[in-house]
Amino acid sequence: MTGLGPVETALRARLDGGGRCLVPYITGGLGEDWTSTIQEVASAGADVIEVGIPFSDPVMDGPTIQDANDRALGAGATPPGILGSLRGLDVGLPLVVMTYYNIAFRMGLERFAAALADSGVSGCILPDLPLEETGPWAEAADACGVETILLAAPTTPDERLPLICERSRGFVYGVGLLGVTGVRTELASSACTIAERLKEVTDRPVLVGVGVGTPEQAVEVSGHGDGVVVGSAVVQRMLDGAGPDGVAALVAGFREALDAEF
Amino acid sequence: MTLSDPAPGGRFGEFGGRFVPETLIPACQELEEAFNEAWADPAFRAELDSLLANYAGRPSPVTECPTLSRELGLRLLLKREDLNHTGSHKINNVLGQALLARRMGRNRLLAETGAGQHGVATATAAALLGMECRVYMGEVDVRRQELNVFRMRLLGAEVLTAMSGSRTLKDAINEAMRDWVASVESSYYCLGSVMGPHPYPFMVRTFQEVIGTEARRQCQELLGGVPDVVCASVGGGSNAIGIFSGFADSDAELVGVEPAGGAAVGRGVPGVVHGSASYLMQDEFGQVLEAESISAGLDYPGVGPEHSYLSATGRARYESVTDDEVIEAFQLLSRAEGIIPALEPAHALAWVSREREALAGRTVLLNLSGRGDKDVGQMMEILS
Repeated sequence: MTGLGPVETALRARLDGGGRCLVPYITGGLGEDWTSTIQEVASAGADVIEVGIPFSDPVMDGPTIQDANDRALGAGATPPGILGSLRGLDVGLPLVVMTYYNIAFRMGLERFAAALADSGVSGCILPDLPLEETGPWAEAADACGVETILLAAPTTPDERLPLICERSRGFVYGVGLLGVTGVRTELASSACTIAERLKEVTDRPVLVGVGVGTPEQAVEVSGHGDGVVVGSAVVQRMLDGAGPDGVAALVAGFREALDAEF
Repeated sequence: MTLSDPAPGGRFGEFGGRFVPETLIPACQELEEAFNEAWADPAFRAELDSLLANYAGRPSPVTECPTLSRELGLRLLLKREDLNHTGSHKINNVLGQALLARRMGRNRLLAETGAGQHGVATATAAALLGMECRVYMGEVDVRRQELNVFRMRLLGAEVLTAMSGSRTLKDAINEAMRDWVASVESSYYCLGSVMGPHPYPFMVRTFQEVIGTEARRQCQELLGGVPDVVCASVGGGSNAIGIFSGFADSDAELVGVEPAGGAAVGRGVPGVVHGSASYLMQDEFGQVLEAESISAGLDYPGVGPEHSYLSATGRARYESVTDDEVIEAFQLLSRAEGIIPALEPAHALAWVSREREALAGRTVLLNLSGRGDKDVGQMMEILS
């Protein structure tokens, strides 16, 4: 297939080798060493890294990422500042940005898409921008070669899933449960169900996030899909002050567990 | 019924839309369908009308203000939404939505509240219809509106304190939306203003149009026509859109009054938060700013999308008043007419009072959206 972007190419490389994909999430601007954390995590077995640009009102996020957002914003994090820091990084794998639509809207969609591309960011996730509203953004992103990753939820009806998959680039993000981001003690059965439902209708990589917080949960859900996004567990480690090595060790644990099983 | 319907997708010009996580999209679609179906059903309308009349006490009167009119040099009329059951216009919307929730088979109402008026109204409807009710309220508002917190609990509602961000209405909405994302299959989100994802701005407006419809008829009887000016306070903007709806096709000037510390329309910068595109107080990077107002009900950095549209098209204009002007207006109406207003409509009166010279000799209809019982504790502290 031609025309695949860096995100999908990287994920397919992992899948073609029989493995499962791992996409850790790092809050941009959280602590002074957040770019070092990205670098260490890149060497710890991530396939793609998701970088959060903090937003003041993150309605899809639970307490951990809210707290990280507040701290980063309190320390003066801004979208141009975070993108500027990413521009200088060469981590050897694709980066995607996760933020809320108003951040892109305020900068201007074309300008935001160009800023991502200019910073070496390959993809973008906007959780409050559903399929029906995504047109203007997706057009701007396409024009700059930025892959727009869409989400599918447990509540999404069957007939809507193919439409989401068709418009999504890079991968399709399956929301693992009814709720906001955060680590849960048990994996929701909906995580495996959404992975299976998506696999039935698309050839794009299917990754599940939200409520996937331990290596065991990652392995379990990856039996039904192509891999996982791990957010709150990673960010909690950052908030706890584990430093780049400590966060990388956590990510390495996920990688080992996935590699042992697949 | 004189405001136009939104375009498909819930658009009022460039404003509105449905900017929520995918998890909530099917619920919004289901709600849109259920509302349209219910509104077209005479049995639903009859049940709502009956509750509005026999439970909420509608129609609310229009009251002349002879003393204050003389003092200000104009003719002031008040649409008395303060006389509704639960003390504000919020009950109009809540009864409609609660009946709709029941019709949709939902037994749990979820709501956000600022001053507590919408929370009390939702708790009331839940008690009436035998439903569960959970209300989110910012910590700052829980403190300054403790009477309403007690009322909600008395009515059987669970009140949860929102501790994030500015701990006011904006954050109560964030928490309510997070709850909704998690409980969408069992809960009905009873949004309190003309904001949020489509169909809420349109649906809440439709339930509040009763204010404008009545007022138009009452003005016809009283004035033989329409007033020169129709004004109302604007936070999210439900009481304003309700009364504007009765006069949008007339010559009456429509004026929305925002708090100076929460003037979303006044600043005129579009943004997207809480489900719709509208004017939004935000910094240069798109971070939402914290509003600051004496009135918990207007302490909100956004505004309903249709107000942005009415401002952009020039059909309505939006002014702002300071907390000090509001405190003065609160006392003015109490003393002159024996009506203690809520701090929210006191904003509209503050504008009328300040602009008395420009309004000299004109007839002004003001939507007195709520009564001031809930605010007397706060005012006692401020004035002593």
